[in-house]
Amino acid sequence: MSRTVRVAAGQGFWGDWLEAPRRQVEGGQVDYLMLDYLAEVTMSILQKQKERDPKMGYARDFIGAMESVMPAVADRGVKVIANAGGVNPPACAEAVREVARARDAASKVRIGVVTGDDLLPRLDELIAAGHPFANMETGAPLGSVRDRVLSANAYIGSEPIVEALARGANVVVTGRSTDTALTMAPLRHEFGWAATDWDRLAAGIVAGHIIECGAQCSGGNCLYDWRDIPDLANVGYPIVEASADGTFVVTKHAGTGGRVSVHTVAEQLVYEMGDPHSYITPDVVADFTTIRIEDAGSDRVRVFGIRGRAPTDKLKVSIAYRAGFKAVGTLVYSWPDALDKAKLADRVLRERLKNLGLRFDEVLTEFVGASAAHGPLAGTPGDLPEVQLRVGVRGPDRASVERFTRELAPLVLNGPPSVTGFAGGRPKVEEVVAYWPALVDKTVVTTKVEVLA
Amino acid sequence: MKVRLLDVAHARSGDKGDTANVGVIAMRPEWYPVIDRALTRERVAQHFRGVITGDVERYELPNLSALNFLLHGALGGGGTLSLKTDAQGKVFSTAMLRMVIDVPDDEAKRLQLPAAP
Repeated sequence: MSRTVRVAAGQGFWGDWLEAPRRQVEGGQVDYLMLDYLAEVTMSILQKQKERDPKMGYARDFIGAMESVMPAVADRGVKVIANAGGVNPPACAEAVREVARARDAASKVRIGVVTGDDLLPRLDELIAAGHPFANMETGAPLGSVRDRVLSANAYIGSEPIVEALARGANVVVTGRSTDTALTMAPLRHEFGWAATDWDRLAAGIVAGHIIECGAQCSGGNCLYDWRDIPDLANVGYPIVEASADGTFVVTKHAGTGGRVSVHTVAEQLVYEMGDPHSYITPDVVADFTTIRIEDAGSDRVRVFGIRGRAPTDKLKVSIAYRAGFKAVGTLVYSWPDALDKAKLADRVLRERLKNLGLRFDEVLTEFVGASAAHGPLAGTPGDLPEVQLRVGVRGPDRASVERFTRELAPLVLNGPPSVTGFAGGRPKVEEVVAYWPALVDKTVVTTKVEVLA
Repeated sequence: MKVRLLDVAHARSGDKGDTANVGVIAMRPEWYPVIDRALTRERVAQHFRGVITGDVERYELPNLSALNFLLHGALGGGGTLSLKTDAQGKVFSTAMLRMVIDVPDDEAKRLQLPAAP
């Protein structure tokens, strides 16, 4: 039988189940633990943290995860790959070193640190050199929000992670690596796939796409047959068992809950999908219409047939900028006529906001229990037991948003009757940090790998 | 015969900016031609009228017995700008499955499609 490499997913986003990384390395044999922490706006949150403290700016959950898996890394040869570095991979690596030292494992842990994705310090220079960073959705040039930019990071591919592994790292910490590169890189390293072996690289990307959201491919958030998915309390996170030819099996540890089936895998394959013919990554463009999946036994799905082609000469850049303020408040109205009461309360509230002369870019009202999830598609409800009135406002003026937060509670005594659910207090005013997707020439981004002995 | 999409397909949805994507997967491979024929771009655009402000794109994935729809202008600006409960488009999947489709009686019988109650 040919050699397989087992890559286990332990986090699908920052905030995912804290138990999962340890369960993945203790539940059975794995070669790599892959941890994905970065969503689109995560980088800006981390940038704000770094501004307050130059030693911060990475996903702190990762340090707890490393504590829980350190025995497996130090004594059983499990390697860890994570984009937990956020906007400060060196500080993240230092924190991991501290964990290793505290566990007397410092000599057994070699940390690879990938940097070079952070374009914020070079942004003005790059704009001056003719890179517009035009918004991929609106076409607007970045100049229009330049003074409000908080972070700018290029999505980088598998290359620097492969290099770190080749230089002996057993923990690799990156910044804004693509989620899929975290899985593809170790396969490319182990099997020696060439940088132009498009079909195998694409297979690695598809493997990464399937497991990058953790349990969302192994029974979590699965609509198909959801009532009968066993033991979600004990859900097993996914594992890819890959072969050198680029075929792989998606599975999970024996004795865990959840399910891996063609249905759970298909649901994850279509998640956040754009044009399936062109799933663009820095390494390769994968064609999702070539993916074949088949049942390969209990909680095993075989994936094969994947084709890829050469990537573009651009990298996507994730830019975050300050975009005003928002607040969302709620009240609950009870039967009888709950929806009518909530609607009257909304009219009263809006009239008061108008009389106060408050200005917002948007005021949105939803009636939770009636139409917040499906809008008009939900049809006309009967006399509902209860309805939550949910009102959100957004605008550039913080004082207007603050004042809005003071206008909900009075409705309890001076608005329509049978109202409750205000115990949470006034809504919180949040600064809006918005996402600005752009492209930049690959040639301007140079990644750097350092391996800490 | 009237058939609820809910009874012949499952779905998952997500977001990319202000666009929601909905992947619709036939529960059995032999049912894929039924959803492929019924879920035209126009039909889906009509279904989501008043819910989205932009166009609908449609892609076929016969290899997965699936269709992928991109619904533009679906998320109130998308991401952190959105004030919606479903800012990430997570439940556009079940909104899609509210659709009821027409299938010729003989075909519905041959494919053992469950009739809408």
